[in-house]
Amino acid sequence: MSEPILQIEGLTKVYSGGTKALDGVDLEIRKGEIFALLGPNGAGKTTLIAAVCGLVRPTGGTITAFGHDLATDWRRARARIGLVPQELSTDMFETVFRAVSYSRGLFGLAPDKARIEEVLRSLSLWEKKDSQIRELSGGMKRRVLIAKALAHEPDLLFLDEPTAGVDVELRKGMWEQIGALRQRGTTIILTTHYIEEAELMADRVGIIRGGRILMVDDKDSIMQRMGTTEALIALAEPLNELPESIAAFPVTLSEDGCELCYRGGNGQGEGSAEVAALTKALIAAGIDYRTIDVRDSSLEDIFVDLVSEHEEEAA
Amino acid sequence: MISFNARGAWSIYQRELMRAMRTAFQSILSPVLTTSLYFVVFGSVIGGRMEPIDGVDYGAFIIPGLLMLTLLGETTNNSSFGIYMPRFTGTIYELLSAPVGVTETLLGFVGAAATKGLILAAIILGTATLFVDYTIVHPFAAIGYIMLVTASFSLFGFILGIWADSFEKLGIIPLLILTPLTFLGGTFYSIDDLPGIWSTLAFANPIAFLVSGLRWTFYGISDVSIWVSLGLTFGFLAFCVGVIAYIFKTGWRLRE
Ligand SMILES: Nc1ncnc2c1ncn2[C@@H]1O[C@H](COP(=O)(O)OP(=O)(O)O)[C@@H](O)[C@H]1O
Ligand SMILES: [Mg+2]
Repeated sequence: MSEPILQIEGLTKVYSGGTKALDGVDLEIRKGEIFALLGPNGAGKTTLIAAVCGLVRPTGGTITAFGHDLATDWRRARARIGLVPQELSTDMFETVFRAVSYSRGLFGLAPDKARIEEVLRSLSLWEKKDSQIRELSGGMKRRVLIAKALAHEPDLLFLDEPTAGVDVELRKGMWEQIGALRQRGTTIILTTHYIEEAELMADRVGIIRGGRILMVDDKDSIMQRMGTTEALIALAEPLNELPESIAAFPVTLSEDGCELCYRGGNGQGEGSAEVAALTKALIAAGIDYRTIDVRDSSLEDIFVDLVSEHEEEAA
Repeated sequence: MISFNARGAWSIYQRELMRAMRTAFQSILSPVLTTSLYFVVFGSVIGGRMEPIDGVDYGAFIIPGLLMLTLLGETTNNSSFGIYMPRFTGTIYELLSAPVGVTETLLGFVGAAATKGLILAAIILGTATLFVDYTIVHPFAAIGYIMLVTASFSLFGFILGIWADSFEKLGIIPLLILTPLTFLGGTFYSIDDLPGIWSTLAFANPIAFLVSGLRWTFYGISDVSIWVSLGLTFGFLAFCVGVIAYIFKTGWRLRE
């Protein structure tokens, strides 16, 4: 088991207006992982990050990073944490190189031109090093923010919606860069509401809503636990009743008897194998069909299910 | 041990100076122009008809006051902008998430303000030599006092920049309080020469003590003892430091 790099216990944040943005969050982040915090707008993702990074003052709870209590030993903890904020806020009139050098110094490290060159090159910003930030495109500005966050070589990096508003191609580039960081041993916590992004990038996923963590698990085991395969089989002739050999499968017959719906499996291929067996059983039973439409439920379906379940509970 | 992040403070200091360099043309031209205008109008035109005050030529007499006028205004504005803009644009996230505390932040900001104050003072004094002859009696005391005053008012500007939640508010204190008080603070006359009650009232204006203090370092003459001026300036400095320490401790307007 890898050691926890960040431990959050009972974290609560009530904003001065009375909004409870975080409601007793417990979370442990392991060294070297990519953790995706997934949740709709207003779920509390940004507030959670802001509480860890020192931008908001928690109302209750404790945060420990690298074994340092953030309430008391924040200097040591913050020196090892990097933050890429959700908003594109940069010093517009500063040049890229100077902005990144400033970040390094602010976090207490000696100037190191070679290191900054390396960071800028890895983010394809080297050619722009002497440009003022306001001259750059949105995607480049976001990369400048990443470069600033990487300038002090953090062990823990927060990326708040790193690909929001970034076009598809740049998003892929971003994923590659995040992957490269993980290779170097940086622990990464990213927030997103693109489910495919969490599915693609993360080792573990935490689902947050209304300031509460609804579930945290390995991405694979979430898929396994809740992932299902769905097959819609359009029958050539309507059926009144299912023969026993077919009823043994997890299937339902539509009311008009024209459509057979299979729902089962574990998100690991078991479902499609079972659908193959089902089709053979249909033929063996002399039932003809016109089309089969098979799809695996994604993290998205799981997410939507989970969230609506909670809404029903709350209602 | 990381109990003090010296590099962090140094980075803030450098950046604040850089920020001033970006608008160097304006930061230099504007005080040079203003001061020249004052000298033309008050020093040469009006000053020609004025008696020397306490043995100092009128043109030379007004130099410390004019210097104070520009220093207080520029320092307060510069420093309040320096902290307000990052809050306004959101770039303050970096400062708040960095391993720097109130000490490093203030050293960076205030150190840069004091440096800028000295440069500004040198420019103004240089401009003044074009219009009047003067000699500074206590040059080192003058440098020290200028640094002390700019440090204090950069702290004051810092507080304003944190307090303000709009550009209007940012400008209102300098406009409504600082400028009038500096004008009435004995820049253009000796407070002792004011008739009766006005002289007493004038001493209710704290800026009068600053002008008097600076004038002492220039010419050895003052309306009040230099120690009173010094005491008041240090008191103001300590008050501002206290307020800022409180702001950082509670996170007021900085950390929700
Ligand atoms: N500065 C603030 N003051 C008051 N309420 C806030 C503030 N920031 C966020 N909130 C509220 O807290 C909740 C969580 O917001 P946020 O953490 O930004 O969510 P997310 O990043 O998941 O979209 C929302 O209801 C939001 O309106
Ligand atoms: Mg957010």
